[in-house]
Amino acid sequence: MLKSLWHKLGFPQAPFEGGITPDMSKWSAGVAIQDCPLPPLLIVPIKQHIGQACTPLVHVGDKVLRGQKIAKSEGYLSVPIHAPTSGKVIKIEEHPIPHPSGMGLASIFIEPDGKDESDTSLQPLEHWQSLDTAELRERIRLCGIAGLGGAAFPTFIKLLQDRRNPIDTVILNGIECEPFLTNDHRLMLEHSHEVLLGMQIIMHIVGAKKGIVAIEDNKPDAIAAMQHGLGTLNHKSNIQIQALPTRYPQGSEKQLIESLTGKQIPTGKLPMHIGLLCQNIGTTHAIHHAIMLGQPLTERVVTVSGDAVPEVANLRVRIGTPMRYVFSQCGLENFSHTQILHGGPMMGERLRHPDIPVIKSTTGLLAIRDETIKPVHQAEDPCIRCGHCSEACPIQLVPNLLMDYCKQDQLEKAADYNLFDCIECGACSYVCPSHIPLVHYFRYGKGQAAQVRREQSFAEASRLRSDARTARLQREKEEKAAKRRKVRETHKPVKSDKPPITAENKE
Amino acid sequence: MEQILHAVLALGAFALCAAIILAIASKVFHIEGDPLSDKVDALLPQTQCGQCGFPGCRPYADAVASHAADVNHCVPGGERTMLAIADLMGVEPKSLDEEEAVPMVAFVREDECIGCTLCIKACPVDAIIGAPKQYHTVIADHCTGCVLCLEPCPVDCIDMIAKPELLEHWSWPLPNTQRAQIGAERRESHQHA
Amino acid sequence: MLIHLSSPHIHSGDSIRATMLAVILALMPAGIVSVYLFGWLAVFQIVLCIIACMLTEFFALKWMGRATAPVWDGSAALTGLFLALTLPAAVPWWMALFGSVCAIGLGKQVYGGLGFNPFNPALSARIILLVSFPLQMTTWLIPMHIGTSAIDLYNLSHAWQLFAYGAASLPQGLDAITMASPLGHIKTAWSQGIGVSQALHAYDYSYLDAFIGRETGSLGETSALALLMGGIYLLARHTITWHIPVSFITTVMVLAAIASNIDPNHYTPPLFHLLAGGLILCAFFMATDPVSSPVTPKGQLVFGIGCGVLTWCIRTWGGYPEGAMFSVVLMNCAVPLIDHYCRPKIYGASDKQEEQS
Repeated sequence: MLKSLWHKLGFPQAPFEGGITPDMSKWSAGVAIQDCPLPPLLIVPIKQHIGQACTPLVHVGDKVLRGQKIAKSEGYLSVPIHAPTSGKVIKIEEHPIPHPSGMGLASIFIEPDGKDESDTSLQPLEHWQSLDTAELRERIRLCGIAGLGGAAFPTFIKLLQDRRNPIDTVILNGIECEPFLTNDHRLMLEHSHEVLLGMQIIMHIVGAKKGIVAIEDNKPDAIAAMQHGLGTLNHKSNIQIQALPTRYPQGSEKQLIESLTGKQIPTGKLPMHIGLLCQNIGTTHAIHHAIMLGQPLTERVVTVSGDAVPEVANLRVRIGTPMRYVFSQCGLENFSHTQILHGGPMMGERLRHPDIPVIKSTTGLLAIRDETIKPVHQAEDPCIRCGHCSEACPIQLVPNLLMDYCKQDQLEKAADYNLFDCIECGACSYVCPSHIPLVHYFRYGKGQAAQVRREQSFAEASRLRSDARTARLQREKEEKAAKRRKVRETHKPVKSDKPPITAENKE
Repeated sequence: MEQILHAVLALGAFALCAAIILAIASKVFHIEGDPLSDKVDALLPQTQCGQCGFPGCRPYADAVASHAADVNHCVPGGERTMLAIADLMGVEPKSLDEEEAVPMVAFVREDECIGCTLCIKACPVDAIIGAPKQYHTVIADHCTGCVLCLEPCPVDCIDMIAKPELLEHWSWPLPNTQRAQIGAERRESHQHA
Repeated sequence: MLIHLSSPHIHSGDSIRATMLAVILALMPAGIVSVYLFGWLAVFQIVLCIIACMLTEFFALKWMGRATAPVWDGSAALTGLFLALTLPAAVPWWMALFGSVCAIGLGKQVYGGLGFNPFNPALSARIILLVSFPLQMTTWLIPMHIGTSAIDLYNLSHAWQLFAYGAASLPQGLDAITMASPLGHIKTAWSQGIGVSQALHAYDYSYLDAFIGRETGSLGETSALALLMGGIYLLARHTITWHIPVSFITTVMVLAAIASNIDPNHYTPPLFHLLAGGLILCAFFMATDPVSSPVTPKGQLVFGIGCGVLTWCIRTWGGYPEGAMFSVVLMNCAVPLIDHYCRPKIYGASDKQEEQS
């Protein structure tokens, strides 16, 4: 209530509750985007998005072109995968993917032929304003576009028009609140026209009247570039650039909406339920290429940074490039006493080794020295209930009490304390003076709850099968008994003159 | 003397009032709930394996609800189920007799299968499909790992294999950040180095 | 060998030791004032309590078979410092030792160590001492520079004699070196039917003296100025939040204001309550002990208000002259309940959902 009053008085930049202000370390902010050269081998996993894995369409020995579909989507929540360059498929087998478990997935191994020829079957749709929005959405799906901010949700589903929940404002998320990452920053600086055109396309598809580009105030050059970019658009739209105070996790959808509009997304609902749609800068840029150039998603901008990287950079990397190769382009060859992070330091995951490919959701590759990470991941001390975690939590949870319940497997109590509203941003673990890995405990709790649910539904199904079997056996028994009764009734004893043959009178 | 009598009478009257209020409350605020054995059955994994000594999960649930059986007999349920049942019944948790096994499913080596249907008849959840003189196969998604099909097989062609861990079902284990644990691990690694 | 943990992989750098050292630093002004007023005696008490607390923690952990690293995280030392600052200066050494052992042994380790104690350890020890030895715990020494004390506490050997052998061994006798505290004097005057302003006048009470600390009391509670300096430092460093101190003190002053307006002859004015006894020490340092106080801001306000009400009631109508420490420990009992019912409204919760939870 106080928040909406604040907004009514005309203060749009009210920050959200909670949050932290870590050292942003945007060392690569001044480094222009460069193309990462083609590696000797590209490894493309068959699942790089939220949803069902794709099925390979190619076989070993096939020649492919850049942008050619090499894996088709399965099920509704899925987008196809395309070859990142021209070359030959040399094998399809399991390979580790950027996942904290260290497990692998089936991947398509492509050896580039160096020619980098593109598949030109998709035509540019320059007159998109006059096209049916369903066709535009289908093009976005066909080009394999998923959220490039790290979540990798299939974008075409987000752009569906729902009559019950019309979108009136599209918000472009140029916040990039994670330390080290600067790929969206550089995209806004160097490709503002394309990004804004992509935003116009999105607004046209969902039928939104208004657009806001939200940028953190530690990127004044990007704000200026985007402002200038508005002037280069062919036809005007109601788009405004909004600067927000630098605070983590401002870039989280929930907090971004709260700061921009003063409204909160109700628990369990999505932004579309309050008429809003958020989209990442990288995704918007990819949408522009899909519509205006007919190019499927085959590459993305990745920030390579960290205190173990000699030359930090923002590289345009082909999907499937091994991380070891990307790091070597920045001068890092020796990975002893170095930790590799996939994504940002607040929500990214530590990988066990660099022989893992870059995928659609790779926003950044960080190499941090062991001495820097050691003081972070320490033994935990007991919780002193200082309350700093609760102050930092952007969802206003009480992390220390929640942690106690997760630790002791009291999952119902944890759910009552809103475990499933936690966005796993890491602000609580960051401030904890006892170095308790709070987010790790919450992830454990959520995993246990999911496992319990799975076991319960399996147990329920088994019970039904067991009951069905018992009923079937009972039924068979009764049928047999009924048949026997019938036979006895229909076959009455026959009267005969001769006496029955017995053992005594047998002749 | 009079004062003692007054005190006794006053306290006695108060105790009587309290008792009447409690009796009324237990009737007025009484909650209709599931019978206890339904609740216990809901906690069991429905493997129907018989390892608890009862012919199925429901009979064990009935026995636990009527206090005829201990809470620690369900092997596939493991420690979590034992703790949940102990919590429901309001008794002390008791450690399991056997160690919790890795989740397993049965697998028929079809080359060796003679089509006798004995395993099909033994499966409590009808997870094996086949017909006389045809190969039999276990539907892995339905198999509860109860092991009841292994014994009847005359050619011993059924194996129990560990359930493959799916990427979608992976979850974070507990963090090992307890000082004592880390100290022990460091000492071990120094010893081996 | 690095521990494999999930994100985040950066940290603010805060630690338990840093927090404890910050609070110890915040208590330095009060410690300096105590040395100024009580000379070597203050030094002996503080050093004894800190060492006794740390040793108790060491032996308790060893006895329980646990690692003894927590002895050095600063929490035992802080408890020792707190305890010393809440004791009257003339407390015999063995009483201070006993208090320290109770504070760590019964007030902290028996519950499981740091983070598990429901009650503030220093205050629970002080209450044990007050109830076990009421005479010595309400005997206040005449401080240096105020009035004429028959003992020179800046003299090492005199102070040592008083500390090691007790007041009985002094030729001057106990009466020559002790006086009543302001709260004690008011309570005695109340029982004798003497009015407030008359009693304060008889005591030669000065608000300015009470603010600076030129009055008697326990070692650390005399100087409101020194304690406020420490409290503001802690607030600026964000080690404590404003909710508990402000609600605690405001409640006491509001109640005192209402009562003294109704009957100024029987009820002391709010400024007197603010500067008397251990209110500021308790409000800024004891009640804000993170382990035994609520986690949520709403809960902290409720806690502070509860402490304030109890403090004023005990001071005015209770059997003891000072109620601050009792009120904090009493409210500590209610903290789990407060925590459960005063959870903040989460993001996205509607008002209707809030009522249901």
